[in-house]
Order: sequence, then structure tokens, then C-alpha cells
Amino acid sequence: MRPRVALSGAALRLGAVLLALLFTTGVLLVADAPPLEAYRQIVVGSLGSVKKITDVLVAWVPLVLATSGLLVTFAAGLWNIGIEGQITLGAIFATGALRLTLESGLPSALAIGIAVLAGILGGAIWALLAGLLKAYGGVNEIFGGLGLNFVAVALNVWLIFGPWGRPGVASMSGTEPFPDFYALPALAGLRLSPWALLVAVGGFALVFFLLQGTYFGLRLKAVGKNPRAAFVLGIPTIRYTLLAFVLCGGLGGAAGAVQVTAVYHRLIPAISSGYGYLGLMVAMLVNYQPLWMPLVAFFFVALNIGSIQLPIVLKLDSSLAGVLQGALVLFVLAVEGVRQRMRRSAAKMAE
Amino acid sequence: MQVELRQIYKSFGPVRANDGISLAVPPGTIQGILGENGAGKSTLMKILSGFQRADRGEIWLDGRLAHIQSPQDTGALGIGMLHQDPLDVPAMQVVDNFLLGREGGLRPQRRQARAVLQELAGRFGFGLDPEAYVEALTVGERQQLELLRLLWLGARVLILDEPTTGISALQKEVLFASLQKLSEEGRTIIFVSHKLEDVEHLCHRVAVLRRGQLVGEAVPPYDTDRLVEMMFGRVVNLGSPLEAPPGDRVLELDQVVVEDRRMRVGPVSLHVGRQEVIGLAGMEGSGQQLFLRACAGLVRPVHGRIHLAGEDVLGRSYHGFLQRGVGFMPAARLEEGLIPGLDLAEHFALTQPHQGFMIQRQAAHLRAGTQIDAFRVKGTPQTPVEDLSGGNQQRALLALLRETLSLLLMEHPTRGLDIESVIWIWDKLKERCRQGTAIIFVSSDLDEILHYSDRIHVFFGGRVSTSLSARTTTVEQLGQLIGGKGWPEIAP
Repeated sequence: MRPRVALSGAALRLGAVLLALLFTTGVLLVADAPPLEAYRQIVVGSLGSVKKITDVLVAWVPLVLATSGLLVTFAAGLWNIGIEGQITLGAIFATGALRLTLESGLPSALAIGIAVLAGILGGAIWALLAGLLKAYGGVNEIFGGLGLNFVAVALNVWLIFGPWGRPGVASMSGTEPFPDFYALPALAGLRLSPWALLVAVGGFALVFFLLQGTYFGLRLKAVGKNPRAAFVLGIPTIRYTLLAFVLCGGLGGAAGAVQVTAVYHRLIPAISSGYGYLGLMVAMLVNYQPLWMPLVAFFFVALNIGSIQLPIVLKLDSSLAGVLQGALVLFVLAVEGVRQRMRRSAAKMAE
Repeated sequence: MQVELRQIYKSFGPVRANDGISLAVPPGTIQGILGENGAGKSTLMKILSGFQRADRGEIWLDGRLAHIQSPQDTGALGIGMLHQDPLDVPAMQVVDNFLLGREGGLRPQRRQARAVLQELAGRFGFGLDPEAYVEALTVGERQQLELLRLLWLGARVLILDEPTTGISALQKEVLFASLQKLSEEGRTIIFVSHKLEDVEHLCHRVAVLRRGQLVGEAVPPYDTDRLVEMMFGRVVNLGSPLEAPPGDRVLELDQVVVEDRRMRVGPVSLHVGRQEVIGLAGMEGSGQQLFLRACAGLVRPVHGRIHLAGEDVLGRSYHGFLQRGVGFMPAARLEEGLIPGLDLAEHFALTQPHQGFMIQRQAAHLRAGTQIDAFRVKGTPQTPVEDLSGGNQQRALLALLRETLSLLLMEHPTRGLDIESVIWIWDKLKERCRQGTAIIFVSSDLDEILHYSDRIHVFFGGRVSTSLSARTTTVEQLGQLIGGKGWPEIAP
């Protein structure tokens, strides 16, 4: 009976997307804006030219990395809200590594490689903290993660305005930009770095492979779905919980490192750019399954990038993308809830 | 209240759970519903109680057609169902659970509820502490709580689904006495079970289901062979207990004392040899489960020594015990035994002995298929475990046990299974014994304990008897010990 359920699931999902569009259209009408024109602007603004598509991909990289990490923690039944802080720490560690190598005169390829690895390490450490707090301190990972997010932001701002501040004029615009040769090389005339793209695709492939094909992934799912039974069946649950955190934090950290080495070339206060929270939404939207995640992530960042022109052309705030994204997640979750109910009542086996 | 079911049909995919069942139950009757696992008993009862909707058919109450859409409707009509797994909130106190589902103002009337609860409990001889947390109660006590709650909500028809599984002999006696009393008050009781003995003992009438159909009805005096034949379509006999010479010592316990919030169990000294079967008897919550969990390494004893095959393992983790050839099968299937959301093949992959990095999907599927056939689980490798019926979940748990174990610890190994399956499961377990495995099991079924154990330990309020030989002990003796009688003679 599974295929039939899957089919009706896809149909319901499509219905949810339509509902979300309808809802957003309603919002646009209330705001007295032409909905079709707004949607057209978003499409043109995100997919209208090669330049625009590559801009979308620039944002897609950190989102896919963060969401890949979140798929791991979700598989283990964990709500890693702390992903934002993990991205930030990744950026901080990467910046720190670059600052150190800048003085040592290492070849730039090596320096960038070290910076990305340092970012992964930084994110993993930050996530491990949340994991240890949960496993041994009894602190729910949502609260622990949220707390660590605030600490990460504070640490970041302190570094930007304090020890790492621009000489004389420390400001919200961030640290002193690194020299060009310290950035991941981008395509000629574009902002997109193929290396960053490679990191994202690699991160996603790793998670896809782990979750679909390995005992590691299966045990992780077992721990996520029923930790008690997983323990009784012989799985070291605490170790798997911590591993999930470390893996997710590492991927989040990689996202932060890419933000520094490929996008901003410096540390800025809002370095995580909300990709962690956006990643949570994407993960929910794909029902925590990896397969369609890159596509949905692309759609989400396309909305973000496409709506940038709304204020200029239509005098609409660019937060319209957020309205549509939020509505999508809510409608899909609601429809999913209804479907689960239907499935549960239908699947109660005869006894 | 008179209950009449007319031509009830219900299918789940290709499975016809109820295939045109008609049954009339007069008021004040204790109606037994017999049938093996999967006969359609639970489905029929879920339809009557509004948890499921029939594809076709009518329900008449006191001569009036009832429109039942949900459990709320049946509550208003005075139908209450006691589920196999209690529907309560473990993290809340007894009195708050008692209040749940009650219509009322903004502020729950705790004091009043408390008084009613104590009055009702007193009437039926239930020893429930209103302030206790439900998670600390035994299955039997949770059942008592649920029964009282339904009565307070005004249930005039009570449906009990396998109420005697998992409760002690004494709790069963108390339950039966309460049901008698309730039927004399004119309430209609529907008693669903696959235990012939219980049904024969209690029920005024019996209806037998097989494969979704009503195959026969009976009134006392019951002809047991006839009932068995109706249930299974043929006559079955119990197997014979295994005569095993005690070999090397698999497990040695010296003066072991285990404690939890509620009680102190022990001290126990026990030596278990290869091929031995030890049955732990006692009322639910008398300390036998705690003791069994200490043997598995899940609970650390506060005193004493534990040796596995001669090695001191006190303080080792549960996983350390598993590595030393211990297997543990919990009673709470969906809480501790299986992982809802994963299918059977994934369960077999998880419990595969030699795991590399990549999942050997084909091997797992193959093993799942073989074990599903061998243990007659009604499902496929792709069936999610939560879609299996209770009895089939139990079979799946048994099928998942590792092949080579030196010590197998089981809580209620055959809970929820019909006689035929019980016999067959024990055949399998005895086969393991012949290969050298020792078994320690907890059961509230005295016949099972007496029949399949070599030695028996009785638990009563944390006290543990010395070893009793299963061959020289009778059900009556065992029943008395479980009830706390005759202890001085055998106390160490």
C-alpha cells in the first residue's frame, strides 16, 4: 500500500503549494499590488539571466550545506536550532585561520583549504556543545542551541568591533576584507565560485549517501524514531546523538566558511544570513528526506534573490519571499498532518 | 444496555477484518469474544467504541440505531473501552488522569475527583494511590484506573480488550469480581480474549470469531474442546516440558539486591546453567521485572555480584552484557522493543550480527523474509512495524533475537498470542535451549511458568523465593505464593 500513499502524498503536497500561492496572492491583493507582476518580477529577478542564476547559486551553496546538516540531526530526532550559531562559528574559525595564515605567507590555495577545514571544526565544536548539553546536562537541544546562537552572535560582533576590528573604523560593515588571492576563485565576471559549489554538492552527496546507504544512517534513524528501543537493540544512542550534532555542525561550519572565503571575503555581523533558519524550513518542506532538498533549496533562494527587485520596481517590500516561504511550510505541514491522520486511521491493522 | 451489532463489515486493503458479523448482547451480560490473533476481535470492538468506522453495518443500542463517528460519540452513549495498551498520560498523577475526558468547568475539581476515585476504588478493592504518578504504576493498576475512569464517565457498556494480559493473578481475581458486580448492576460487559480459561471462568455467553466471521456461540457449561475447535478449526494439545541436565554456569548471582523508587528486591542468589529455563512468577510489579533487568545489565544492583560465564560483570553497561551473549526482550513492544517508522527489513538490518559500513539491503531483506516465514509474522519485509497487530509485533520481536545467545531474558514472551502460537514459540525457544541457551522469563501466566520452566522463583513485594522445581509445584501452590501466602516455609 506504500506506493499509493506516496502518490496521494505528492498530490496533497502540490495542493499545499497551490494553497500557499493562493494565500500569498491574497496578501498581495490586500497590499494593493499586482500579484502576477510581482511573481513575474521574482522569476525574472532570479532566473532572468546567467548572472542572476549564478547569484541564486551563490546563496544556494550555504543553504544546501546547512540543510544537509539539518537532515542528519532531524534523522536523529533532534531539532538543531543551533545551526545559526554553528554557521557563525564556522565563519569565525575560517576568518581566524585566514588571519593566521595571512601572516605566515602560506600559498593561498592551502590557506583557503585550511580556512574551510577550520570552519568545519568551529561549527562541529559549537554543535558538540549543544549535544553534550543535551546528552549529559539534560538541556533540550532547542534551548541549548538557541542560547548558543546568542553567544555566537555576541562573540562575532565582539570580534568585529574589538580584536578583529578595522583599524580606526570598526563598524557593522565587518572586518578588513582579505586580499583577493585569499578568496575562493569565482567564475570570470560573476560572484559564483565553482569551488564553493563543489563543497555544497559534496556535502549534500555525503549526507545523502550516509542516510540512504549506510548502517550509520539506519542507526541514526532508529535513534531518532525511538531512542529507548534503539538502546535496547544495542545501539549506543548517546554516541549517535553526538555524532549527528558534530556532522551537522561541521556542515553548518562549512557554510560559514564559504560565506567568508567565497562571498563576503571578510567577517560581517550577519554572516549566517539566516540560512540556518531557512534550512530548517527547507528540511520541513521536504519532510526531512534528502532527495528533493537541493531543488527546494534552490526554489527558496530563488525567491529570496528574485524578490530583491520588488522594492525598486513595485515598491513592495522584499520580505514577500519570506511570506511565500513561510506560507509554503505552514500549508505543507498542515496538509502533511492531515495526511498522517488519514494514513494512521487507515493503517490500523485488522486484529 | 442492550447492544446489537448488525452485519458489520470492515476491510483493510485485501484483509477482511470483519466479514458480516452480527451479534446481540442482552443487558447485564458478560459477553465473551474469543478468537486467535487476527480473528477480527479488536477491530469489531474498535468499531463499537468509535475508534474505527465500519465499511458497512449498523449498531443498535437499546433498540435504537446509534450513529457512531468517534470515541466522543460512544462516550456520550455510555460505551467505554479499556484498551490493551492503557490510554493514559504516564507523566501525570493518577487523580489527574482520572479527571481527563471529564466535562466540567474551567477549574478541575481535584478534591471531588479524589474522593470519587477513592470511593470507587474502595468499592472494587483496588489499591490505587491518587497521588502516584501513572508511569510508576503496573499495567494492572493502570487498567484499574482506566476502568474507574470509564465508570465515572458513566459507561453502561464496558469493552475490555485482552484485559488479563500483563496483570497478576490477584489483580485478575479482583478484576473478575468487579466485572461480576458491574454486570449485576445491569451493565453490559464485553470481554475480548484469547484465553479460554478466563472466558470460561467469567463469561455468561461466548461468541467465537475466526477470520473475521462469527463462527459460533456458546453458553455454560462450556465444552473446552469445542471452543478450541471453533477458534482454530481443529483441536490442539500442549507440548511437554523439556528435561535438561544443568550444564556449565551461564549466570551466577550472589546476594544481588536491586532497588528502584518503589521497592527493594532481593537478596537473590541464583545459578543458571546452560539449557535451563527459569520462570519468574509474581504479581505485576512484585520486583521480577526489575530483577530481570538487573540480569540484563539495564539496572545496576545496589549490592551483590553478577558473573556471566565466570566473568565479573557488575557495573558493565547493558551493551557490555549484550556483547557477552545476553539477549533481552522487553514487554513494551512499541516503546522498548521495536522502532515505529522503520520497516521489518530495517529492523533485521539493525540487528544483523556482522555490520559493515554499507547496509547489506539484500541480505537484510532475505533474512527478514526467512524470519517472517519462520515466525509466521503477518507482514512483508516492507511492512512498518507499527502496522502489525500486537500479536505479530510479538512474533517480530522474537524473530529479531540473535541466533546465538548464552542467556536469553524475556518479559512476557508470549503476551498477546493465542495458544497455538504460544506452543509454537516455546518449541522454538526450547530448540535454542537444546543448543545451550539459558532462558529466564517473566510471565503472569501461571500455566506458562509451570509448563515451560525447569525452576521457578516467586516474587512477592520484593521478596524472592528460593528455587522451586516446576515438576513438583502446583498451580494452587504457586497462586498462594504469588498472593503472599505460605512464605515463611520457603523464605531463605
